[in-house]
Amino acid sequence: MNRFALAGAKTIAEAATAASATVATAMTTPPERMGYADLSVVKAGGIDLLDLLKEGLLAPSKLVNLRDVPGLDAVAEEADGLRVGPMVTLASLAAHPLLQERYPALVDAVAGSASPQIRNVATLGGNLLQRPRCWYFRSHAFHCLRKGGGHCFAIQGENQYHAIFNNMPCAIVHPSTTATALVALGATVELKNAAGVTRRLMLEDFFVPLERDLQRENDLAPQEILTAIRLPNLPPGARMAHIKQGEKDSFDWPLADVAVLLDLDPGGNCTRASVFLGAAAPVPHRARAAEAVLTGRRIDEGVAVQAARAALQGATPLSKNGYKLLLFETLVHRAVLKAIV
Amino acid sequence: MATNNSIRTETFPSGIASVGLDTVERQIPADEPPPLAPNGELSVIGKSFPRPNGRAKVTGAVRFTVDIKLPGMLHTRVLRSPWPHAVVRTIDTLAAANHPGVRAILTIADPAKPQTATLHYIGEPIAAVAADSIAAAEEALHLIRVEYQALPFVADIDKARDPAAPLVHDDTTAPAGHPSGFPAAAGLPLNGNVRGPAISRRGNVSRGFAEADAIVEAEYSTHVQTHCCLEPHAIVADWRPDGLTVYMSTQFTAGVRDEIAAAFGLPLNRVRVIVDAMGGGFGSKSQLGNYGRFAIELSRQAKAPVQLFLEREEEQMDAGNRPGTWQRLRIGAKHDGSLTAISLVSYGTAGVGLGAGVGNNAEALYSCPNFEGAQHDVFINAGPGCAMRGPGNTPGAFGLEQTIDELAEKLGTDPLRLRDRIDPCPVRREERRIGAERIGWHRRHAPGANSGPVKRGLGMAQSLWGANVQTNAACEVRIMRDGSVEVLSSVQDIGTGIATVLAQTVAEVLGLRPDEITVRIGDTEFPPGGPSYGSRTTASTTPPARTAAWRVQQQLLREAALMLNASVNELIAVEGKILVGSDRSRFLTFRDAAARLRTDRIAAVASRSDDYGGFRRRAGEDAALAQQDLGGVQFAEISVDTEIGIIRVERVVAVQDCGRPMNPRQIESQVQGGVLMGISYALLEERIIDQATGRMVNPNLEQYKLVGPRETPEIDVIVLENYQGRSATDAYGIAEPANIATAPAVANAVYNALGVRLRSLPMTPAAVLAAVGKVPQRS
Repeated sequence: MNRFALAGAKTIAEAATAASATVATAMTTPPERMGYADLSVVKAGGIDLLDLLKEGLLAPSKLVNLRDVPGLDAVAEEADGLRVGPMVTLASLAAHPLLQERYPALVDAVAGSASPQIRNVATLGGNLLQRPRCWYFRSHAFHCLRKGGGHCFAIQGENQYHAIFNNMPCAIVHPSTTATALVALGATVELKNAAGVTRRLMLEDFFVPLERDLQRENDLAPQEILTAIRLPNLPPGARMAHIKQGEKDSFDWPLADVAVLLDLDPGGNCTRASVFLGAAAPVPHRARAAEAVLTGRRIDEGVAVQAARAALQGATPLSKNGYKLLLFETLVHRAVLKAIV
Repeated sequence: MATNNSIRTETFPSGIASVGLDTVERQIPADEPPPLAPNGELSVIGKSFPRPNGRAKVTGAVRFTVDIKLPGMLHTRVLRSPWPHAVVRTIDTLAAANHPGVRAILTIADPAKPQTATLHYIGEPIAAVAADSIAAAEEALHLIRVEYQALPFVADIDKARDPAAPLVHDDTTAPAGHPSGFPAAAGLPLNGNVRGPAISRRGNVSRGFAEADAIVEAEYSTHVQTHCCLEPHAIVADWRPDGLTVYMSTQFTAGVRDEIAAAFGLPLNRVRVIVDAMGGGFGSKSQLGNYGRFAIELSRQAKAPVQLFLEREEEQMDAGNRPGTWQRLRIGAKHDGSLTAISLVSYGTAGVGLGAGVGNNAEALYSCPNFEGAQHDVFINAGPGCAMRGPGNTPGAFGLEQTIDELAEKLGTDPLRLRDRIDPCPVRREERRIGAERIGWHRRHAPGANSGPVKRGLGMAQSLWGANVQTNAACEVRIMRDGSVEVLSSVQDIGTGIATVLAQTVAEVLGLRPDEITVRIGDTEFPPGGPSYGSRTTASTTPPARTAAWRVQQQLLREAALMLNASVNELIAVEGKILVGSDRSRFLTFRDAAARLRTDRIAAVASRSDDYGGFRRRAGEDAALAQQDLGGVQFAEISVDTEIGIIRVERVVAVQDCGRPMNPRQIESQVQGGVLMGISYALLEERIIDQATGRMVNPNLEQYKLVGPRETPEIDVIVLENYQGRSATDAYGIAEPANIATAPAVANAVYNALGVRLRSLPMTPAAVLAAVGKVPQRS
């Protein structure tokens, strides 16, 4: 780990002005700029940041701490939904009565991530902005494509935990299970930059697919702060489920996770479906074919089976992750049925 | 009691308590204490006393080696090889030496000494820097300039066996022998990367197979597991003109002292090794290690105390591991189950080291007149293996116990009934009986009988492990004039609770409570304790503790006898008193008796005598193998979700034996640890090496996966009382047998659930889904 300064910001504007780089841009900054006074990144809970610093993947000169910026750790009710501050910890999110009442599937996703100790410190904003867990990406020894190198080591290498969709030329999976549930909900994010300009976009569109950029997972810009995550009110007939499956249940990343949101009309027909696969692709992966199977149908075992099969359309598994196809098929099937219970 | 000058005959309890006790006569040295009654008749031994430092441990107050802070202490970082195979052409440490705060640099891979300049694995040490701070040491590492010439490498056991594979070693660098058999076989041939075979043979296997009515044959493979001690390897070395003091997280203070004295040319009385609390060792902290040598040498050069501890990545790459193995087993039997022949061929890899055999299960667990084993070690460019909880026998049991189950099925018999037929050990017979009842073995259905996606299974497996004893082990017991008592030994508590057991042992003799005994251990200033490996700590240390306590008590009783106007033989010590046995109204308190001592303190030192009736065989100068092996039978109940490939171990029944159980709670705790380590081995853990670069991709505790709270099943531990009248306490070990049977018991249960055998570890979701034929082939 390098030596760095820790600066506390008091306002969003101050933090945005100070944050000369995102973690992604800082990691691909040419070495000659490393350590210069202008390479500052934002720290929220610090969980992912500390991992990157300790591994020597990131060497900023300054961390801008968001902890003392007022108002970022609140959950507020608004006319069209809930506004969640980026500094709300995963533990307090999972324990929040409004979330438990309205978005129990999201609470499942949040409460099932990491470990109790990490959830006590990790923030929602940090969780959405964390970098991928690909072991080549996380090792100082592999200068991979995502870090500005010329080669993805996973595609011909140890890829048992890697992407089964959109995995060329980089096979990372997006690490956040919370994100899978949030995109299925139709969550939006709010971003503010140093000039005071606010952007609002769908969380799904905030994530950056490989074809747009290989070196970042989201659209956060330097001198920009994620200021809120908004959860829309769900219609009365909305049903949702999230299932995560890791190799183990204690403190593990998912091998696969699936979020399903179904709007059912009073007659029990599905008027809108949203199906997302996590740990499947570089961004939360929308299973459009599965959504098409579900939409307009009365949901039953047979429809769930069809949707599950459809969800894997277009998959391109690698040498060691073919098993994930069946895993996802099972989880989509189970999540659809769990949603309507 | 018949005596001559040096030997007397005594009658000891004998047998398994749950079956019924008998007695056995043994001739014992005249200066050893009288036989110890069965646990049921004792007041302290055999009871679950809590460990004295338990509270300090859970509140963080105990002192681990990384907590040692000496005035002026320097911190060390080690530069390690980024290449799996390379020669260091040049190394320039000048800039590092000039870096502020740097106090000493050690060049380990030195082109000036060609035999040190070749690097054989990623993570092999190249240089070490001691500096005023960790940060300064780390910064200095980046200033060391090294020119490498990369060499071809091989990091896969199968590829390494190819005669055309790059050579990891040549005749001059390859370690000799085959240490998985103890003692190491010498003079084994080296062909390419393959050392061996180590051959073991009895009878004639060809004839045996010809006589067989049924033959089963299968291949098994096990992966590399790392020790994952929660406390990293750590040392603080304090070299002074008048001697060296070393604080070290070690499984063997006395052994490390001997190693240091030999390596640095110091007399034994100028080297002191100290350890307080430890956070695990599992075999990986048995020796001084390369890091220990670096810290001592840096302290000598810098003339200051030097701390060195490994980071997790270093732990995973260069602190030892359980070797990976491949084995082919072939077993023949008659219709009635009696075995006619067993043949075993194994190839294992301990990276650049040796010791990758699969142990002696196949050779010794079951009665079979004809056996042939050929075990090989294969060198690859990866970090060296070392002993790990049940070395050899743990991967070996995974193969053998599945093959025995397969044989039972082929013979149309129950796995327990077959074992009753072929296993001559009466202890395991009783363990099978108890375990089968406890797990509900009668519920076991035919393989793959459940119809739904979630399938359930029951399985069992057995373990075999030698009962090791360190004869180079001693204890001192002191009684002070104020009635306080202490027991001293250099033996270390690696977390298993030997301090508690020593207090119990001494308290039982003196008629005191364990909390009235002060235990001083983990310091080579005290009489030499044995190593805490090979499951021998209790077996080696408690008999001399009891003998020393008994001898010092004799001195005290002589004083008390005068006071009470009785003879020493009439006196008994109970509940803090010394009583006249025939008239209990005549007594002294222990404290009052001590107050009459002529001197401030009296003491006795005793060493571990030979087992009564003798050992089976010696193992070097300092150790031996007891007559009776340790058993252990485990049963597992599991479920497999065949749509996601997840195996859940729901319940384990572990029936174990360790001679006389000294402290049931501590034994249970060790067995639980062994079972969890076994489940973790079976389902999760694996060192994964990127074959293109030779680098471990999961050198952490995140993607190197260990069981956690949610993977912890109900663990039902039953410990037999198995009396043999072999020593002053008749206690033996438990640590390793608790680990050996778990993975094969789970594997046999998985077979029972699926009707498909998983012959390779770990049994991951990918492996399960492939086994049930559900993984789509890659297009």
